[in-house]
Formats: sequence, C-alpha cells, structure tokens
Amino acid sequence: MGSGILLLTALEVADQMLRPENSGKHFVVNAVDVTSGALPGLMTYIRAQVLKAAEKKTVKLRKIYAGRPELIENSEIIEAYIADVMGIIRPGTRIEAAYDSTLVFEAVSENAALKTALFKQINENNANKPWIFTNTSSVPIGGLNSDASLDGRILGFHFYNPPAVQKLVELITIESNPAEMKEFALQLAKNMRKIIVPSNDIAGFIGNGHFMRDALYALGEAANLSASMPLHEAIYVMNTLSQDYLMRPMGIFQLIDYVGVDVVRFIMNVMNPHMASENLHSPLLDQFYDKGIKGGQFANGSQKDGILKYENGRPVAVYSLSDSAYIAFDTFKEKAQQWLGPMPAETIPWKNLIKAADKDATAALAFAAFKQQTTAGCRLALSYARHSRQIGLNLVSDGVAASAADVNTVLLTGFFHAYGPVNDFVV
Amino acid sequence: MKPSKKIYMIAGYNTISLGTGRKEFNPRKERPGLEHYIKEAGQATLKMIGGATLVDEGVVGNFMASRFNKQGHLGAFLGMIDPELRFKPSIRVEGACASGGLALITGIKSALSGSADVVLAIGVEVQNTVKAIYGADILAGAGWFARRKEGQAYFFPGQFSDRAGAYYQKIGRDKARQAMARWYRNAIENARLCPTAQEFENKVADLEAQGLTEPNPAAFTDHLNVFDCSKVSDGASAIAIVTEAGLKRCGVELKDAVEVVGIGHAADDITTLPADLTRLETIAFAARQALESAGITAQQLATVETHDCFTIAGILGLEAIGLAEEGQGADFVLEGHTARNGKIPVNTTGGLIGWGHPTGATGVHQAITLWEQLTGKAGDAQIQIPADKPYGLSVNMGGDDKTVVAIVYKKTT
Repeated sequence: MGSGILLLTALEVADQMLRPENSGKHFVVNAVDVTSGALPGLMTYIRAQVLKAAEKKTVKLRKIYAGRPELIENSEIIEAYIADVMGIIRPGTRIEAAYDSTLVFEAVSENAALKTALFKQINENNANKPWIFTNTSSVPIGGLNSDASLDGRILGFHFYNPPAVQKLVELITIESNPAEMKEFALQLAKNMRKIIVPSNDIAGFIGNGHFMRDALYALGEAANLSASMPLHEAIYVMNTLSQDYLMRPMGIFQLIDYVGVDVVRFIMNVMNPHMASENLHSPLLDQFYDKGIKGGQFANGSQKDGILKYENGRPVAVYSLSDSAYIAFDTFKEKAQQWLGPMPAETIPWKNLIKAADKDATAALAFAAFKQQTTAGCRLALSYARHSRQIGLNLVSDGVAASAADVNTVLLTGFFHAYGPVNDFVV
Repeated sequence: MKPSKKIYMIAGYNTISLGTGRKEFNPRKERPGLEHYIKEAGQATLKMIGGATLVDEGVVGNFMASRFNKQGHLGAFLGMIDPELRFKPSIRVEGACASGGLALITGIKSALSGSADVVLAIGVEVQNTVKAIYGADILAGAGWFARRKEGQAYFFPGQFSDRAGAYYQKIGRDKARQAMARWYRNAIENARLCPTAQEFENKVADLEAQGLTEPNPAAFTDHLNVFDCSKVSDGASAIAIVTEAGLKRCGVELKDAVEVVGIGHAADDITTLPADLTRLETIAFAARQALESAGITAQQLATVETHDCFTIAGILGLEAIGLAEEGQGADFVLEGHTARNGKIPVNTTGGLIGWGHPTGATGVHQAITLWEQLTGKAGDAQIQIPADKPYGLSVNMGGDDKTVVAIVYKKTT
C-alpha cells in the first residue's frame, strides 16, 4: 500500500471513528505491504505525518476530545489522536488481511496483470463483496473490472505524488459502479480535502493523457531539431523552451526525469495498446532507457540524474547518447540561446507568473509578443503551446475529460502550470 | 506606591527580539539559548554602569524557562554574566508576562529598603524551542490550570478573542476591527524604526489591509487573526535600578537617567473570570495607583508603553489607563492620537506586537524604551517629549489582567 494513501485513509477512518455517532464501532485499516522490512519504516512515516496533521488541526481536535477530561494540554490531545490513528492501522505482509475488508484501497505498481491477480484473489476469498479503489495513473478500470470479475465494484483514484500533499485527485468511474459506491468515493475524496476532477475510463486519463503526449511532442521535436544541431543541444533547447518561454515550473525533460524515464516509458506502454489511432511510443526515450538513464527522485524528493544532470536541484548538463556522458550546459548554452533568439521581455519566470493577480492576462502578453517575433524560440514556443492546447481539446473530444475546464484544472493543480493549456491566447 | 527616596533607572539594553520576521531566525537551525541572551544583555548594562563590582544585587524576570528550556533557578545565572557577580544576592521572579515588571519592582524595593544602591534587573525568555501549538500550552500557565481544558488550543489568543468579541458587541465590529488594524499598523511602523525589533524588517505595504484579515475560527480563534497577536519571541533586556548614591557610584550623569516617580502593582484572583470582558480592571487599578503616586494624570504623560499582547489588549488598555473614555478606545486610535505623531505616542518601538514579546523580558523592555525616549537615546524612533509633559508610563500585564506592574518615569533634566 502507498504510504500517502495509507495516511489519508487512516486519517479519514479515524475522523469517522471519533464521531459521536460511531462510538463503540470497530474500525480497522489493514496496511498490507509484501516487504516485511518496509513496514517499520512505513509506520514511522505514518506516525510522523499523523503528528503533523494533528498539530495542524488541534483547534478541531480539542472539540473532538472535549469529553476526555484527562486530556488537557494540546500535547496530550495530539498524542491521544496519534494513538487513536495508529491503533486503527494493522500492518502486515499477508494479502489474507483483506479477506474480511469491506473496502480495499490498492496501490501496487502500474501493472494490470498484477492488479487483476490481486483483485481476483481478494474477491474470491472475501464474502463481503468489497469495494475496490485502485490507485492508477493509466490502467483502464473497465479492463480490471472484467478481468477480475468484480461486477462494477472497482473505481480508480489517480492521486498525484506525494498523495499526502498534492491536492489533485482524478476520480475514474465506470458505468457499472453502484451509485452509492461512487457517492462514497466522491465524499471520501472531499473528506481528504482533495480537488476532484472526474475522468472517463480511457487509459492515461487526463493527467497522463496530456503529459505523455506533451512529452512525446518534445521528444519528437528534439529528434527533428537534431538534424540541424547535436541532439543534446536540441534537448536543451526544448527543455529551455518549455520552461522559460512557456513559463512552466520545470522544463519537459526535467519533468520526464522527475517522474522517471522508466516510469514515463512504462505508462506509455500501458496506454499504447488502448490507442486506436495513435502510437504512444518514443524510440528516443527507449535509447535513454537502454543506456540505463532512468532519472527519478531520491527519498528526500530531490531529483536523480536522468536525461539531464542536476546540481542543487537545477539542471546543469544533458546526457549525450553518442558520447555516453553528460555535457555541461555551459559548453553550448550561449550558442543554443543565440539560435533561439532573444526572449521577449513580456516572458516572466513561472515563480513570478504564479503570483500574478491575473495569470492568464499576464501569460497572454507573452504569447502576444511571441506572435510579433520571427525568432526560432518564439516560433517553437507558439507551436508547442498550440500543440499542448490541442492535446487538451482532444482529451475533451475523445471523451476523456468532461470539459476543457477539467483539463485545465488538472494541469493547474496537478502539474502546477500557471495557466491552463486550453486557452485562447496561444491560438 | 510613591518611592520614599529617589530611584533612577540607567543603562538599558535590549537584545534583538528573535523570531519569525527577523532574518537571523531559521527554525531549522540551532539558535542562541537563555545563557546567550542573559549574558549579552547583562554584560551590556554592566559596561555602561562601570562594571560588575558596582552591582549590589541582581534580579531576573522570567516566566517559563522551566518548560520552554527545561531550566529553573535563573537567579544563579548572574555569576555567568561576570565572575564579579558570583556570591552576590540574586533571585528570579515570576508573574507570567509581567515577570519583567516584577523584576523592576523587586529591584526598586531593594533600593528603597536600603539593601542595595545598584540592582541589575534582567528580563529574559527563549520561547522558540517548541512549535506554537505547544508554546500555547506553556503560556497557558499564565491562566488558572483548572480552566485549561475548557480553553482554546491557542489559549491566550482565545481568551482575548472573547474580549474582542465582547468589545465588538459593545462598540460595533467594523469600528473595532478597523481600530485593531490601525493598532497593528502603528506597531509595525514603529518597529521599523528600531533595529532590535522583531518587525524591523517588515516590508508589507498595506498594513491595515493585512490587519483586517478575517479571523479563521476553524484554525485559530473566533475574533482575532494572527496579526492581532504578538509573535513568539526570544530575547532579553537589562537595566540598572539605582539610588542617588548608586547613580554617583556608577558615574552616570543625571541626564542619562530616568527617575521612577510612581509605582502601581496589583494582582487579582487568578481563579475568577472577568466581570466585564471589555474592562481591564487590574490595569485600571495599577495604572491609577502609579499615576496617583506620581501626582499626575494620564493627560500629563508624554508617552506610554502598554501591554499589547493583542491589539484588543492595547485598545482596552488605553481605556483602563484613562487615556480614552470607556468604549472610546477604538475612536482614540482611529483618530490618530496613539500614533508616533499623535497627542500621546504609544509603544514607540513597536510594543509587543511590533518589537516582540519575549514574555519575561517585556516589562524590562518597556522600561528601556521609556528610558531611551526620556533621555533622547531612542535613535530613529525618538519622539519629542514636551517640556510640560516629562512623564512616561509603562504597563506590564501578566495573564488575562491578573498581575499588573505600572511605573511612571520622569525625565530628569
């Protein structure tokens, strides 16, 4: 089970348990992880996070524990809450713990076969006909439902990492879901104080539906540019363009690294069989993967080296497939910047744009400036933004998202863009 | 109490008030402890009076080092300041946030009794050792513990939120909120003139708009926002209390001293609730006592340092002192009378909200601000002291109006 999802679930179950109307009822969250050695660390993490949660809501907790005369100081109330939450959680390694459950929250890897096998086993051994909430960023729910014979008792939660912090959740339901199950899932997400965006059951959903295609576009453009400049410079150009010109929190290649080259490739592979008219596959990404370039994050959230190399959280070099080595930005940066041309003054860093009173209007000024320029940078930025917009529109027309507003919400809250991709000012 | 002989204060020194807002403050890094602050403030005052050998006694005002720092027995830190202070009489006094004021009173009484001609008075508190939610537990010790359970998570903000709510009922919420926001603005603007103030580097452009931020009952209190509250502070203040003989012994000129001409000291029953939440009766009692013993009225004061642990406490304090009629404190503030260019500048280095509130040090800090103002040593924060109003008043409150020390100071030349 994912630690963040366990935390959110345990906090929610504890809040339910502490309601006066639930006094005397028995609540249990079985936390199943196949790795026994991971459990102590998991429980230490959960305790630390429950402490933080308790410290933030002590005002509320004092009211909840008003009937406990022995709990007087905040510190005593906080400790009592931690004890209550931790008392709900039963850590273990055996899947049999789920045989008595009424609700199963699954968070294994993005492996449809593994998920199906788990659900089948639980379903066949659990007389309660449990509801199954699967955490997935790409695997279609309908397929899991039919393959595991769940009769509609499964729906998808796409949490963004880390789930305990990120506000966005994509909720993926299917037609055969019982109405009360959908209502429960929606209320649960609300209680977790999430921003909920419904997504239809199409592989990749909204978040990865946009991100994977956006990444493919950048990978393709870099490959195209490599006809006129070295590939590593082309990657630098596309990363700079997607961060500085498009005023995003990080460039597209940094984002691929952040998620993980292997993870991005895996998600594309999960999505691709479900795409009738697209090929979600990047030969260039395969080449990096084959060289052992994986990216990802350290335990503290800092980025591991991937397609780009990082120092103090900033990219400083790019991996050259031909040289099998990183090449420092400083050795070619000036040349690449000259090729891009001067960046219009209307373009501002993402950290400034995100604080602007009217972010769309501020971003629109930059795009208006791009349209007035003929530099490669402005031309490519416009193309990039228009392609990003088209991805968003396609997600709506293909029925993945209910509206362009939902697409924008996912990019604004899940990817921290300062403006949504579906907008008029890039047209 | 009218001093039976001439008592002066000289050689005041404040450390910085450390906490959020100061660039030196980083909650993730180790910070100076009690020893650092006591030593810095104590040594600075000793230097100004000519050395530790001239000191007869020491007194340390501190509220809750026993919990914030797991340290008791603060009187015995005197010898750490200077080896010459070893074996000299020294005590620690406590009266919640009035501990600093009690240190002054204790020093004054020593001087009046004849047991000392030079007393080193220090106030100190180091509170950033715990998160605010736990600090609230510790500070709640200034109230009656039997009522802690029914109190709010942020206990004292909760107590004064209730007072603010009652004041809203009495004079209207909008006016009260506006006056509280103006109080906040005055406090920060004054603090920007004092390099040791916690809010010295505050750059917020529209302070009144910030002060008008709507309170959030779910996360804090019903009627106060965080800008209505003094911050969590670490710091120390030191001053020397001397007789005429002591002044001569230290070689300090009279112009560099302020005279203590009136004293009020009152403690109410901590187990009782206020009869009227819009009145600070103990402040009223002690301030009246101090003014009467000095033989002056509130209208003869050039400046006041009052205990604005919360904006509402500042406004109610004006009414209790007699600067404004009952129910007129908000108008008094909104009309600009308490601003540094108003008819009675209040808290001219920022008070508790602007300068900071290292609880045990606050009473001493107030005395130092008045000593600075009345001797022309306030630097950029200096106000004009009219020749016909050579007086300043400090009001230091412990708990919810339970222990109050009020002192009237007079310019000497």
